[in-house]
Amino acid sequence: MTIYLPIAELPVAIFALFAMGIAVGFVSGMFGVGGGFLMTPLLIFIGVPPAVAVASVSTHMAASSFSGALSYLRKGMVDLSLSAVLLAGGLVGTGAGVATFTLLRAIGQVDLVIGVSYVTLLSTLGVLMLSESIRAMARIRTGQAATVRRPGTRARFLRLPFKIRFRRSRIFVSVLPVVGLGFVVGFIGALLGVGGGFILVPALIYLLRVPTQTAIGTALVLTLVTMSVATVLQATVNGTVDAVLALILMVGGTMGAQFGARAGQGMKAEHLRLLLGLLVLSVGLRVGYDLTRTPDDIYAVTVQEQRGLQRPAEQRR
Amino acid sequence: MTRAGRTVHGILLVLALLFGAAPAAAERLVISASQPDVRITSNFTGAELVLFGVAEGTSSGPYDVAITVRGPQETAVTWRKSHILGIWLNTDSRTFLDTPSYLVVATNRPATAIASAEILRREQIGLARNILIQRVGPDFADVVPDDSFRAAFLRIKASEGLYEEQPEGVRFLSDTAFRATFALPGRARPGRYEVSAKLFRDGAMQAQAHTTFTIQKAGFEASLAEFAERDGLLYGLAVACGALLVGFAANLLFRRD
Repeated sequence: MTIYLPIAELPVAIFALFAMGIAVGFVSGMFGVGGGFLMTPLLIFIGVPPAVAVASVSTHMAASSFSGALSYLRKGMVDLSLSAVLLAGGLVGTGAGVATFTLLRAIGQVDLVIGVSYVTLLSTLGVLMLSESIRAMARIRTGQAATVRRPGTRARFLRLPFKIRFRRSRIFVSVLPVVGLGFVVGFIGALLGVGGGFILVPALIYLLRVPTQTAIGTALVLTLVTMSVATVLQATVNGTVDAVLALILMVGGTMGAQFGARAGQGMKAEHLRLLLGLLVLSVGLRVGYDLTRTPDDIYAVTVQEQRGLQRPAEQRR
Repeated sequence: MTRAGRTVHGILLVLALLFGAAPAAAERLVISASQPDVRITSNFTGAELVLFGVAEGTSSGPYDVAITVRGPQETAVTWRKSHILGIWLNTDSRTFLDTPSYLVVATNRPATAIASAEILRREQIGLARNILIQRVGPDFADVVPDDSFRAAFLRIKASEGLYEEQPEGVRFLSDTAFRATFALPGRARPGRYEVSAKLFRDGAMQAQAHTTFTIQKAGFEASLAEFAERDGLLYGLAVACGALLVGFAANLLFRRD
Protein backbone atom coordinates (compact mmCIF):
# COMPACT_ATOMS: atom_id res chain seq x y z
CA MET A 1 0.00 0.00 0.00
CA THR A 2 1.37 3.38 -0.91
CA ILE A 3 0.57 6.93 0.04
CA TYR A 4 1.39 10.05 -1.94
CA LEU A 5 3.48 12.64 -0.07
CA PRO A 6 2.15 16.07 -1.07
CA ILE A 7 5.32 18.12 -0.43
CA ALA A 8 7.94 15.52 -1.35
CA GLU A 9 5.77 14.77 -4.42
CA LEU A 10 6.20 11.05 -4.62
CA PRO A 11 4.36 7.90 -3.52
CA VAL A 12 5.96 5.79 -0.79
CA ALA A 13 5.18 2.44 0.82
CA ILE A 14 3.34 3.41 3.98
CA PHE A 15 4.25 0.33 6.07
CA ALA A 16 7.93 0.59 5.24
CA LEU A 17 7.90 4.20 6.44
CA PHE A 18 6.01 3.20 9.56
CA ALA A 19 8.52 0.45 10.33
CA MET A 20 11.38 2.90 9.88
CA GLY A 21 9.65 5.25 12.32
CA ILE A 22 9.31 2.49 14.94
CA ALA A 23 12.90 1.32 14.59
CA VAL A 24 14.43 4.77 14.77
CA GLY A 25 11.99 5.76 17.54
CA PHE A 26 13.12 2.77 19.61
CA VAL A 27 16.75 3.83 19.35
CA SER A 28 15.80 7.42 20.08
CA GLY A 29 13.83 6.57 23.21
CA MET A 30 16.44 4.16 24.48
CA PHE A 31 19.45 6.41 24.20
CA GLY A 32 17.94 9.88 24.23
CA VAL A 33 19.35 10.64 20.81
CA GLY A 34 17.10 12.34 18.26
CA GLY A 35 17.68 9.66 15.67
CA GLY A 36 18.12 12.17 12.86
CA PHE A 37 21.52 10.77 11.99
CA LEU A 38 19.78 7.46 11.23
CA MET A 39 16.44 8.62 9.81
CA THR A 40 17.57 11.29 7.35
CA PRO A 41 19.87 8.95 5.36
CA LEU A 42 17.14 6.27 5.35
CA LEU A 43 14.60 8.68 3.84
CA ILE A 44 17.05 9.92 1.22
CA PHE A 45 17.73 6.28 0.41
CA ILE A 46 14.05 5.61 -0.40
CA GLY A 47 13.97 8.63 -2.71
CA VAL A 48 12.71 11.55 -0.59
CA PRO A 49 14.46 14.79 -1.65
CA PRO A 50 17.19 15.60 0.93
CA ALA A 51 15.74 19.01 1.85
CA VAL A 52 12.30 17.50 2.55
CA ALA A 53 13.89 14.60 4.46
CA VAL A 54 15.89 16.90 6.77
CA ALA A 55 12.91 19.19 7.44
CA SER A 56 10.35 16.43 8.03
CA VAL A 57 12.72 14.50 10.27
CA SER A 58 12.91 17.58 12.53
CA THR A 59 9.13 17.37 12.93
CA HIS A 60 9.31 13.67 13.63
CA MET A 61 12.02 14.27 16.21
CA ALA A 62 9.95 16.98 17.91
CA ALA A 63 7.13 14.49 18.47
CA SER A 64 9.39 11.61 19.38
CA SER A 65 11.48 13.59 21.86
CA PHE A 66 8.38 15.13 23.47
CA SER A 67 6.95 11.72 24.11
CA GLY A 68 10.26 10.51 25.53
CA ALA A 69 10.85 13.68 27.54
CA LEU A 70 7.46 13.34 29.26
CA SER A 71 8.43 9.89 30.55
CA TYR A 72 11.70 11.22 31.94
CA LEU A 73 10.02 14.36 33.36
CA ARG A 74 7.55 12.24 35.30
CA LYS A 75 10.41 10.28 36.80
CA GLY A 76 12.26 13.47 37.69
CA MET A 77 15.12 12.66 35.35
CA VAL A 78 15.22 15.97 33.51
CA ASP A 79 17.35 18.90 34.58
CA LEU A 80 15.37 21.84 33.20
CA SER A 81 17.83 24.52 34.30
CA LEU A 82 20.66 22.59 32.66
CA SER A 83 18.62 22.36 29.41
CA ALA A 84 17.95 26.11 29.55
CA VAL A 85 21.67 26.96 29.87
CA LEU A 86 22.56 24.48 27.10
CA LEU A 87 19.84 25.94 24.89
CA ALA A 88 21.28 29.47 25.27
CA GLY A 89 24.57 28.28 23.82
CA GLY A 90 22.81 25.98 21.36
CA LEU A 91 20.85 28.72 19.62
CA VAL A 92 24.02 30.81 19.04
CA GLY A 93 25.80 27.68 17.82
CA THR A 94 23.00 26.92 15.37
CA GLY A 95 23.35 30.38 13.84
CA ALA A 96 27.12 29.96 13.51
CA GLY A 97 26.63 26.48 12.02
CA VAL A 98 24.23 27.75 9.36
CA ALA A 99 26.67 30.54 8.45
CA THR A 100 29.56 28.07 8.17
CA PHE A 101 27.41 25.80 6.03
CA THR A 102 26.73 28.67 3.63
CA LEU A 103 30.46 29.46 3.50
CA LEU A 104 31.36 25.82 2.78
CA ARG A 105 28.80 25.70 -0.02
CA ALA A 106 30.37 28.81 -1.49
CA ILE A 107 33.74 27.09 -1.76
CA GLY A 108 32.06 23.84 -2.86
CA GLN A 109 33.38 21.52 -0.17
CA VAL A 110 30.30 20.86 1.89
CA ASP A 111 30.10 17.13 1.06
CA LEU A 112 33.70 16.54 2.01
CA VAL A 113 33.44 18.40 5.31
CA ILE A 114 30.20 16.68 6.28
CA GLY A 115 31.49 13.23 5.37
CA VAL A 116 34.81 13.60 7.12
CA SER A 117 33.21 15.23 10.19
CA TYR A 118 30.75 12.36 10.49
CA VAL A 119 33.50 9.75 10.31
CA THR A 120 35.85 11.50 12.72
CA LEU A 121 33.21 12.53 15.21
CA LEU A 122 31.21 9.30 15.28
CA SER A 123 34.20 6.99 15.27
CA THR A 124 35.96 8.89 18.05
CA LEU A 125 32.82 9.08 20.17
CA GLY A 126 31.99 5.46 19.51
CA VAL A 127 35.44 4.20 20.47
CA LEU A 128 35.54 6.36 23.62
CA MET A 129 32.13 5.15 24.77
CA LEU A 130 32.88 1.53 23.98
CA SER A 131 36.18 1.44 25.86
CA GLU A 132 34.75 3.32 28.83
CA SER A 133 31.73 1.05 29.19
CA ILE A 134 33.81 -2.09 28.76
CA ARG A 135 36.14 -0.86 31.53
CA ALA A 136 33.12 -0.14 33.73
CA MET A 137 31.71 -3.60 33.12
CA ALA A 138 35.07 -5.22 33.83
CA ARG A 139 35.28 -3.33 37.12
CA ILE A 140 31.85 -4.54 38.15
CA ARG A 141 32.69 -8.11 37.22
CA THR A 142 35.86 -8.10 39.30
CA GLY A 143 33.84 -6.85 42.23
CA GLN A 144 35.38 -3.41 42.47
CA ALA A 145 33.13 -0.58 43.53
CA ALA A 146 31.58 1.42 40.75
CA THR A 147 33.21 4.74 40.01
CA VAL A 148 32.94 7.01 42.99
CA ARG A 149 32.74 10.61 41.91
CA ARG A 150 35.48 12.54 43.62
CA PRO A 151 35.24 16.31 43.33
CA GLY A 152 39.01 16.56 43.31
CA THR A 153 39.31 14.74 40.03
CA ARG A 154 37.13 17.23 38.23
CA ALA A 155 38.59 18.81 35.14
CA ARG A 156 39.92 22.32 35.47
CA PHE A 157 37.37 23.81 33.03
CA LEU A 158 34.54 22.93 35.37
CA ARG A 159 36.06 25.21 38.02
CA LEU A 160 35.87 28.37 35.93
CA PRO A 161 33.90 31.33 37.35
CA PHE A 162 30.09 31.73 37.25
CA LYS A 163 29.39 28.46 38.98
CA ILE A 164 25.83 27.19 39.11
CA ARG A 165 24.40 24.29 41.02
CA PHE A 166 22.31 22.03 38.80
CA ARG A 167 20.36 20.17 41.45
CA ARG A 168 18.83 17.42 39.38
CA SER A 169 22.14 16.54 37.77
CA ARG A 170 23.89 16.75 41.13
CA ILE A 171 26.68 18.88 39.69
CA PHE A 172 28.09 22.27 40.68
CA VAL A 173 29.97 23.63 37.70
CA SER A 174 30.84 26.81 35.90
CA VAL A 175 28.21 27.95 33.42
CA LEU A 176 30.88 28.62 30.75
CA PRO A 177 31.62 25.02 29.69
CA VAL A 178 27.87 24.26 29.68
CA VAL A 179 27.11 27.16 27.33
CA GLY A 180 30.17 26.11 25.29
CA LEU A 181 28.87 22.57 25.03
CA GLY A 182 25.48 23.88 23.91
CA PHE A 183 27.24 26.00 21.30
CA VAL A 184 29.24 23.04 19.94
CA VAL A 185 26.15 20.81 19.79
CA GLY A 186 24.12 23.54 18.05
CA PHE A 187 26.99 24.24 15.64
CA ILE A 188 27.55 20.60 14.68
CA GLY A 189 23.80 19.98 14.54
CA ALA A 190 23.20 22.78 12.04
CA LEU A 191 26.30 21.89 10.02
CA LEU A 192 25.61 18.17 9.79
CA GLY A 193 21.80 18.38 9.75
CA VAL A 194 21.32 16.31 12.88
CA GLY A 195 19.71 16.98 16.26
CA GLY A 196 22.98 16.62 18.12
CA GLY A 197 21.69 14.28 20.82
CA PHE A 198 24.31 11.68 20.00
CA ILE A 199 27.00 14.24 20.83
CA LEU A 200 25.20 15.82 23.77
CA VAL A 201 24.44 12.66 25.73
CA PRO A 202 28.06 11.41 25.90
CA ALA A 203 29.33 14.94 26.51
CA LEU A 204 26.96 15.37 29.45
CA ILE A 205 27.94 11.99 30.85
CA TYR A 206 31.70 12.16 30.41
CA LEU A 207 32.52 15.86 30.53
CA LEU A 208 29.96 17.22 32.99
CA ARG A 209 29.48 13.94 34.91
CA VAL A 210 25.71 14.11 34.73
CA PRO A 211 24.10 10.76 35.69
CA THR A 212 23.30 8.75 32.53
CA GLN A 213 19.50 8.79 32.93
CA THR A 214 19.38 12.53 33.67
CA ALA A 215 21.68 13.18 30.71
CA ILE A 216 19.27 11.35 28.40
CA GLY A 217 16.20 13.15 29.79
CA THR A 218 17.89 16.55 29.52
CA ALA A 219 19.06 15.85 25.97
CA LEU A 220 15.49 14.91 25.02
CA VAL A 221 14.18 18.28 26.26
CA LEU A 222 16.87 20.12 24.29
CA THR A 223 16.06 18.11 21.15
CA LEU A 224 12.36 18.86 21.64
CA VAL A 225 12.93 22.63 21.69
CA THR A 226 15.45 22.82 18.84
CA MET A 227 13.45 20.50 16.58
CA SER A 228 10.18 22.38 17.16
CA VAL A 229 11.94 25.62 16.24
CA ALA A 230 13.53 23.90 13.22
CA THR A 231 10.11 22.69 12.00
CA VAL A 232 8.64 26.18 12.03
CA LEU A 233 11.76 27.70 10.42
CA GLN A 234 11.96 25.08 7.67
CA ALA A 235 8.27 25.45 6.86
CA THR A 236 8.56 29.25 6.73
CA VAL A 237 11.87 29.62 4.90
CA ASN A 238 12.13 26.55 2.68
CA GLY A 239 8.60 25.11 2.54
CA THR A 240 10.04 21.62 2.83
CA VAL A 241 8.08 20.16 5.76
CA ASP A 242 5.91 17.29 4.55
CA ALA A 243 3.11 16.89 7.10
CA VAL A 244 2.02 13.48 5.78
CA LEU A 245 5.56 12.11 5.86
CA ALA A 246 6.16 13.57 9.32
CA LEU A 247 2.86 12.15 10.63
CA ILE A 248 3.65 8.58 9.52
CA LEU A 249 7.15 8.83 10.94
CA MET A 250 6.02 10.32 14.24
CA VAL A 251 3.23 7.79 14.85
CA GLY A 252 5.74 4.99 14.32
CA GLY A 253 8.46 6.94 16.08
CA THR A 254 6.55 7.77 19.26
CA MET A 255 5.43 4.18 19.61
CA GLY A 256 8.97 2.97 19.13
CA ALA A 257 10.27 5.60 21.56
CA GLN A 258 7.97 4.34 24.32
CA PHE A 259 9.31 0.83 24.02
CA GLY A 260 12.82 2.18 23.66
CA ALA A 261 12.54 4.35 26.77
CA ARG A 262 11.19 1.41 28.78
CA ALA A 263 13.95 -0.86 27.51
CA GLY A 264 16.50 1.82 28.34
CA GLN A 265 15.25 2.38 31.88
CA GLY A 266 15.34 -1.33 32.60
CA MET A 267 18.95 -1.63 31.54
CA LYS A 268 22.19 -1.11 33.37
CA ALA A 269 23.73 2.24 32.55
CA GLU A 270 27.02 0.77 31.35
CA HIS A 271 25.21 -1.63 29.02
CA LEU A 272 23.24 1.30 27.61
CA ARG A 273 26.47 3.20 27.00
CA LEU A 274 28.04 0.14 25.38
CA LEU A 275 25.12 -0.20 22.96
CA LEU A 276 25.07 3.51 22.11
CA GLY A 277 28.84 3.37 21.57
CA LEU A 278 28.42 0.43 19.19
CA LEU A 279 25.64 2.20 17.29
CA VAL A 280 27.55 5.46 16.95
CA LEU A 281 30.71 3.64 15.89
CA SER A 282 28.92 1.54 13.28
CA VAL A 283 27.24 4.59 11.72
CA GLY A 284 30.64 6.32 11.64
CA LEU A 285 32.29 3.32 9.98
CA ARG A 286 29.41 3.05 7.51
CA VAL A 287 29.84 6.68 6.43
CA GLY A 288 33.58 6.11 6.16
CA TYR A 289 32.98 3.04 4.00
CA ASP A 290 30.65 5.02 1.71
CA LEU A 291 33.29 7.73 1.32
CA THR A 292 36.08 5.35 0.36
CA ARG A 293 34.44 2.53 -1.59
CA THR A 294 34.13 2.78 -5.34
CA PRO A 295 30.63 4.10 -6.04
CA ASP A 296 28.25 2.12 -8.28
CA ASP A 297 27.80 5.20 -10.40
CA ILE A 298 30.25 8.06 -10.29
CA TYR A 299 27.52 10.35 -11.61
CA ALA A 300 24.55 11.61 -9.64
CA VAL A 301 21.72 13.98 -10.53
CA THR A 302 20.26 16.40 -8.03
CA VAL A 303 17.20 18.42 -8.90
CA GLN A 304 17.18 21.91 -7.52
CA GLU A 305 14.36 22.55 -5.12
CA GLN A 306 11.30 24.15 -6.61
CA ARG A 307 11.44 27.33 -4.63
CA GLY A 308 15.07 27.68 -5.61
CA LEU A 309 14.17 27.52 -9.28
CA GLN A 310 13.77 31.27 -9.44
CA ARG A 311 17.37 31.76 -8.39
CA PRO A 312 20.33 30.46 -10.35
CA ALA A 313 22.33 27.81 -8.57
CA GLU A 314 25.55 29.80 -8.38
CA GLN A 315 24.00 32.46 -6.20
CA ARG A 316 22.90 29.93 -3.66
CA ARG A 317 25.98 27.81 -3.40
CA MET B 1 13.35 47.94 -55.73
CA THR B 2 10.62 49.50 -57.88
CA ARG B 3 6.95 49.33 -57.11
CA ALA B 4 6.36 46.93 -60.04
CA GLY B 5 9.30 44.85 -58.91
CA ARG B 6 7.80 44.54 -55.44
CA THR B 7 4.47 43.43 -56.89
CA VAL B 8 6.08 40.76 -59.04
CA HIS B 9 8.06 39.62 -56.05
CA GLY B 10 4.87 39.36 -54.03
CA ILE B 11 3.08 37.32 -56.69
CA LEU B 12 6.02 34.97 -56.95
CA LEU B 13 5.96 34.50 -53.20
CA VAL B 14 2.25 33.65 -53.23
CA LEU B 15 2.78 31.21 -56.08
CA ALA B 16 5.68 29.64 -54.30
CA LEU B 17 3.56 29.22 -51.19
CA LEU B 18 0.68 27.73 -53.15
CA PHE B 19 2.71 25.20 -55.06
CA GLY B 20 5.55 24.61 -52.69
CA ALA B 21 3.63 24.21 -49.47
CA ALA B 22 0.39 22.85 -50.88
CA PRO B 23 1.22 19.14 -50.46
CA ALA B 24 2.20 19.73 -46.84
CA ALA B 25 -0.86 21.79 -46.13
CA ALA B 26 -3.01 18.97 -47.48
CA GLU B 27 -1.99 16.81 -44.54
CA ARG B 28 -3.51 17.42 -41.18
CA LEU B 29 -2.77 15.82 -37.88
CA VAL B 30 -5.22 15.63 -35.00
CA ILE B 31 -4.31 14.24 -31.59
CA SER B 32 -6.17 13.83 -28.34
CA ALA B 33 -5.13 12.70 -24.86
CA SER B 34 -7.27 10.19 -22.98
CA GLN B 35 -7.07 12.26 -19.79
CA PRO B 36 -6.55 16.00 -20.07
CA ASP B 37 -6.27 16.21 -16.30
CA VAL B 38 -4.44 13.57 -14.25
CA ARG B 39 -5.33 13.94 -10.59
CA ILE B 40 -3.04 13.03 -7.71
CA THR B 41 -4.94 11.70 -4.75
CA SER B 42 -3.38 10.04 -1.71
CA ASN B 43 -3.26 6.60 -3.37
CA PHE B 44 -1.65 7.90 -6.58
CA THR B 45 1.13 5.63 -7.77
CA GLY B 46 1.37 6.81 -11.33
CA ALA B 47 -0.94 6.84 -14.31
CA GLU B 48 -1.15 5.72 -17.86
CA LEU B 49 -1.96 8.22 -20.54
CA VAL B 50 -3.22 7.10 -23.94
CA LEU B 51 -2.87 9.38 -26.91
CA PHE B 52 -4.96 8.95 -30.06
CA GLY B 53 -4.25 10.59 -33.36
CA VAL B 54 -5.49 10.71 -36.91
CA ALA B 55 -3.62 11.87 -40.00
CA GLU B 56 -5.94 13.40 -42.53
CA GLY B 57 -4.77 14.00 -46.04
CA THR B 58 -5.02 13.37 -49.70
CA SER B 59 -2.62 10.47 -49.67
CA SER B 60 -2.95 7.49 -47.44
CA GLY B 61 0.62 7.16 -46.36
CA PRO B 62 2.51 5.18 -45.37
CA TYR B 63 3.00 7.65 -42.56
CA ASP B 64 5.50 7.86 -39.73
CA VAL B 65 4.66 9.51 -36.43
CA ALA B 66 6.89 10.81 -33.66
CA ILE B 67 5.33 11.91 -30.39
CA THR B 68 7.26 13.77 -27.69
CA VAL B 69 5.86 14.39 -24.21
CA ARG B 70 7.69 16.99 -22.12
CA GLY B 71 6.99 17.55 -18.42
CA PRO B 72 7.34 20.79 -16.43
CA GLN B 73 10.83 22.27 -16.58
CA GLU B 74 13.33 22.02 -13.79
CA THR B 75 17.01 22.72 -13.30
CA ALA B 76 19.14 19.70 -12.48
CA VAL B 77 22.80 19.34 -11.56
CA THR B 78 24.77 16.30 -12.69
CA TRP B 79 27.74 15.58 -10.43
CA ARG B 80 30.78 13.48 -11.11
CA LYS B 81 32.85 11.96 -8.33
CA SER B 82 36.57 11.37 -8.44
CA HIS B 83 38.91 9.45 -6.21
CA ILE B 84 41.07 11.86 -4.23
CA LEU B 85 43.27 10.76 -1.31
CA GLY B 86 41.23 7.59 -0.89
CA ILE B 87 37.89 9.38 -0.75
CA TRP B 88 35.24 9.66 -3.47
CA LEU B 89 34.19 13.27 -3.82
CA ASN B 90 31.87 15.27 -6.06
CA THR B 91 34.49 17.17 -7.97
CA ASP B 92 32.84 18.21 -11.20
CA SER B 93 29.33 19.21 -12.17
CA ARG B 94 27.20 20.44 -15.03
CA THR B 95 23.98 22.34 -14.55
CA PHE B 96 21.20 21.48 -16.96
CA LEU B 97 18.96 24.51 -17.17
CA ASP B 98 15.20 24.31 -17.65
CA THR B 99 15.22 20.73 -18.83
CA PRO B 100 11.97 18.77 -19.02
CA SER B 101 11.38 16.83 -15.79
CA TYR B 102 9.70 14.17 -17.94
CA LEU B 103 10.67 13.36 -21.52
CA VAL B 104 9.30 10.45 -23.47
CA VAL B 105 9.63 10.05 -27.20
CA ALA B 106 7.49 7.49 -29.01
CA THR B 107 7.80 6.63 -32.70
CA ASN B 108 6.20 3.92 -34.85
CA ARG B 109 9.62 2.66 -35.89
CA PRO B 110 13.16 3.65 -34.86
CA ALA B 111 13.59 7.36 -35.48
CA THR B 112 16.65 6.95 -37.67
CA ALA B 113 14.51 5.02 -40.17
CA ILE B 114 11.92 7.81 -40.34
CA ALA B 115 13.92 10.77 -41.55
CA SER B 116 17.44 11.99 -42.13
CA ALA B 117 19.64 12.86 -39.19
CA GLU B 118 19.44 16.54 -40.03
CA ILE B 119 15.64 16.63 -39.99
CA LEU B 120 15.51 14.59 -36.79
CA ARG B 121 17.89 17.00 -35.16
CA ARG B 122 15.93 20.02 -36.33
CA GLU B 123 12.66 18.57 -35.06
CA GLN B 124 14.34 17.32 -31.83
CA ILE B 125 13.12 13.76 -32.22
CA GLY B 126 14.67 11.29 -29.79
CA LEU B 127 16.44 11.75 -26.45
CA ALA B 128 19.82 12.12 -28.08
CA ARG B 129 18.55 14.98 -30.25
CA ASN B 130 16.49 16.80 -27.64
CA ILE B 131 18.18 20.07 -26.78
CA LEU B 132 19.40 20.15 -23.19
CA ILE B 133 20.97 23.46 -22.30
CA GLN B 134 24.02 23.18 -20.06
CA ARG B 135 25.75 25.93 -18.23
CA VAL B 136 29.46 25.53 -18.76
CA GLY B 137 31.15 28.28 -16.81
CA PRO B 138 29.70 31.54 -18.06
CA ASP B 139 28.39 29.99 -21.30
CA PHE B 140 25.09 28.32 -22.08
CA ALA B 141 25.15 25.62 -24.68
CA ASP B 142 23.98 22.22 -25.65
CA VAL B 143 26.95 19.93 -26.11
CA VAL B 144 27.69 16.98 -28.34
CA PRO B 145 25.29 14.07 -27.74
CA ASP B 146 28.04 11.79 -26.44
CA ASP B 147 29.16 14.24 -23.76
CA SER B 148 29.67 12.14 -20.62
CA PHE B 149 27.61 14.41 -18.35
CA ARG B 150 24.75 14.49 -20.82
CA ALA B 151 24.83 10.72 -21.23
CA ALA B 152 24.90 10.21 -17.46
CA PHE B 153 21.99 12.63 -17.03
CA LEU B 154 19.88 10.75 -19.60
CA ARG B 155 20.82 7.39 -18.09
CA ILE B 156 19.89 8.40 -14.54
CA LYS B 157 16.61 10.04 -15.59
CA ALA B 158 15.78 6.90 -17.59
CA SER B 159 16.43 4.68 -14.58
CA GLU B 160 13.89 6.79 -12.63
CA GLY B 161 11.32 6.15 -15.36
CA LEU B 162 11.18 9.83 -16.25
CA TYR B 163 13.02 9.73 -19.58
CA GLU B 164 12.23 7.08 -22.15
CA GLU B 165 12.50 6.33 -25.81
CA GLN B 166 9.86 4.03 -27.29
CA PRO B 167 11.08 3.13 -30.77
CA GLU B 168 7.88 1.20 -31.44
CA GLY B 169 5.56 3.06 -29.08
CA VAL B 170 3.22 4.42 -31.73
CA ARG B 171 0.84 1.77 -33.06
CA PHE B 172 -1.07 2.38 -36.26
CA LEU B 173 -4.67 1.18 -35.90
CA SER B 174 -5.36 1.81 -39.60
CA ASP B 175 -3.42 3.54 -42.33
CA THR B 176 -4.10 6.91 -40.75
CA ALA B 177 -5.18 6.38 -37.13
CA PHE B 178 -2.63 5.69 -34.41
CA ARG B 179 -2.33 5.29 -30.69
CA ALA B 180 0.49 5.61 -28.14
CA THR B 181 0.65 4.88 -24.43
CA PHE B 182 2.73 6.84 -21.94
CA ALA B 183 3.49 5.70 -18.40
CA LEU B 184 3.54 8.55 -15.89
CA PRO B 185 5.47 7.32 -12.84
CA GLY B 186 4.39 8.24 -9.32
CA ARG B 187 7.25 10.71 -8.98
CA ALA B 188 6.29 12.58 -12.16
CA ARG B 189 6.22 16.24 -11.22
CA PRO B 190 2.81 17.94 -11.05
CA GLY B 191 2.31 20.62 -13.68
CA ARG B 192 1.64 21.13 -17.36
CA TYR B 193 2.81 18.51 -19.85
CA GLU B 194 3.29 19.40 -23.50
CA VAL B 195 2.59 16.79 -26.16
CA SER B 196 3.95 17.36 -29.63
CA ALA B 197 3.23 14.97 -32.51
CA LYS B 198 4.92 15.15 -35.87
CA LEU B 199 3.76 13.42 -39.04
CA PHE B 200 6.31 12.25 -41.60
CA ARG B 201 6.03 10.74 -45.04
CA ASP B 202 8.98 9.69 -47.15
CA GLY B 203 11.39 11.28 -44.71
CA ALA B 204 9.77 14.73 -44.79
CA MET B 205 7.68 16.32 -42.09
CA GLN B 206 4.13 16.84 -43.31
CA ALA B 207 2.23 18.22 -40.35
CA GLN B 208 2.37 18.60 -36.61
CA ALA B 209 -0.06 18.91 -33.73
CA HIS B 210 0.17 19.94 -30.10
CA THR B 211 -1.86 19.29 -27.04
CA THR B 212 -1.33 19.54 -23.30
CA PHE B 213 -2.41 17.74 -20.20
CA THR B 214 -1.82 18.52 -16.54
CA ILE B 215 -0.93 16.48 -13.51
CA GLN B 216 -2.24 18.09 -10.39
CA LYS B 217 -2.83 17.29 -6.77
CA ALA B 218 -6.47 16.87 -5.79
CA GLY B 219 -8.47 16.75 -2.59
CA PHE B 220 -6.54 16.53 0.68
CA GLU B 221 -3.16 16.45 -1.04
CA ALA B 222 -3.98 19.68 -2.88
CA SER B 223 -5.29 21.58 0.14
CA LEU B 224 -2.32 20.59 2.27
CA ALA B 225 0.23 21.60 -0.36
CA GLU B 226 -1.63 24.84 -0.94
CA PHE B 227 -1.70 25.64 2.79
CA ALA B 228 2.06 25.00 3.04
CA GLU B 229 2.69 27.24 0.06
CA ARG B 230 0.33 30.07 1.03
CA ASP B 231 1.19 30.50 4.71
CA GLY B 232 4.40 28.72 5.64
CA LEU B 233 4.56 30.12 9.18
CA LEU B 234 1.04 29.08 10.11
CA TYR B 235 1.57 25.71 8.44
CA GLY B 236 4.84 25.22 10.34
CA LEU B 237 3.20 26.14 13.66
CA ALA B 238 0.29 23.81 12.95
CA VAL B 239 2.63 20.94 12.07
CA ALA B 240 4.79 21.57 15.16
CA CYS B 241 1.70 21.66 17.43
CA GLY B 242 0.44 18.49 15.74
CA ALA B 243 3.79 16.86 16.43
CA LEU B 244 3.63 17.77 20.14
CA LEU B 245 0.07 16.48 20.28
CA VAL B 246 1.09 13.14 18.77
CA GLY B 247 3.98 12.91 21.23
CA PHE B 248 1.67 13.69 24.14
CA ALA B 249 -1.00 11.25 22.99
CA ALA B 250 1.54 8.48 22.54
CA ASN B 251 2.93 9.12 25.99
CA LEU B 252 -0.55 8.95 27.58
CA LEU B 253 -1.42 5.88 25.58
CA PHE B 254 1.65 3.97 26.63
CA ARG B 255 1.80 5.31 30.17
CA ARG B 256 2.40 2.52 32.60
CA ASP B 257 2.38 4.24 35.97
